[in-house]
Amino acid sequence: METDWSVLVEFIPELLEGAKTTIYITLVGLIGGLVLGTFAGLMRAYGGHILNAVAFTYVEIIRGTPIVVQVMFLYFALPVLADLRIDPMSAAILAIVVNAGAYIAEIVRGAFLSISKGLTEAGLAIGLPHWKVLVYIVGPLAFRRLIPPLGNQFIVSLKDTSLFIVIGVGELTRTGQEIMAANFRAVEIWTAVAIIYLIMTGTLSLILRSIEKRMSIL
Amino acid sequence: MSIIEFKNTSKHFGPLKVLDGVDLSIEKGEVVVLVGPSGSGKSTLLRCINGLEAITSGDLVVDGLSVTGGKRQLREIRQEAGMVFQQFNLFPQLTALENVAFGPSKVRGLSREKAREAALNLLEKVGLREKAGHYPAELSGGQQQRVAIARALAVKPKVMLFDEPTSALDPELKQEVLNVMRALAEEGMTMVVVTHEMGFAKQVGTRLIFMEHGHIAVDGDPREVIDSPPNDRMKDFLQHV
Repeated sequence: METDWSVLVEFIPELLEGAKTTIYITLVGLIGGLVLGTFAGLMRAYGGHILNAVAFTYVEIIRGTPIVVQVMFLYFALPVLADLRIDPMSAAILAIVVNAGAYIAEIVRGAFLSISKGLTEAGLAIGLPHWKVLVYIVGPLAFRRLIPPLGNQFIVSLKDTSLFIVIGVGELTRTGQEIMAANFRAVEIWTAVAIIYLIMTGTLSLILRSIEKRMSIL
Repeated sequence: MSIIEFKNTSKHFGPLKVLDGVDLSIEKGEVVVLVGPSGSGKSTLLRCINGLEAITSGDLVVDGLSVTGGKRQLREIRQEAGMVFQQFNLFPQLTALENVAFGPSKVRGLSREKAREAALNLLEKVGLREKAGHYPAELSGGQQQRVAIARALAVKPKVMLFDEPTSALDPELKQEVLNVMRALAEEGMTMVVVTHEMGFAKQVGTRLIFMEHGHIAVDGDPREVIDSPPNDRMKDFLQHV
């Protein structure tokens, strides 16, 4: 079998364009997922029966279905059901928001509930309202415990964007697939694609590790 | 007027009656020592005073405010009744000084400067001024508990509640905490103390309450009732502490 790595020179700019789209979907999706997940997680941990049930249902539905099915639903089924047309890019971002949000909700819930109840009581006992105890005491401690599992989720979500190939979003995997279809340079193209993913996830790992180092778990 | 008044107060956990119709008045300046076997309701009694446990029926009035008067009133009560826990529960991300200054600045709304100053004075009082910049993990158990006492005092409470403050400490560390408590009692602080330290009860306590099955079984002068227990259950209990 012959490989010709020089073909990559021609396609690298195109692959990098795809990588840009991957980063864009991941970044916007995770910001949304973080907001949604934090709310859902706090609802699970501290909400009353109703809020808890709402968040629980959301988490279970998302965790229980594959992300490909979720994005297919958003892109193909939603327009039929709700007369709501969305472009592939928005569907992709929304899928990451909704999907990562569910996992992040569990991470947030776990981190908050892992903080000793005694600290909450100590805060309440000096006369703080419960929300201040969460903001000033439990929150900062929980945040430190969030970082490692959150980093894991960020990496999973970044790689999950490759599944949006099914709705035709021009992210990195899709770009690789299109180039491959034209020149059949499978080894060269998929190696390049894999390396670009590794560079992205590796950078993410490094950033998270440096944050972790600065904020030791108490 | 009593500073703490239980009026036919009950607390149930499901079918379990942890407090069963307790009547009890505590006056300003008293040092009440609560003893009893585990499960007798002494910790629950203490935790009802600052509303960490909600009472099921009856009433409980602290400094003129009922614990059933809603969240805002409960927060007022908590500022009047400081609590010290068995496990210290210092905020681990804050230094000793920040732990003590936390209440005054976040609850009483004191400026940062004034809160720090007040906190330093309180650390001085518990003999830990030189540890102001240390984090809880860098302090011994006894030191942590003294910081926790200073933290509770920082909100300027009228009553101090102690929930087995020395039970998690090695014998040699207990004394430094008991000494701080004794000094506090000598200043005239009203105190309710759940403890197994009978020496402390006799020396510092002005009143001893022995609890059993959610009732007050014995209520009297600490020296008298410890030296000659008025009932067999208490006699039996004292032999085991």
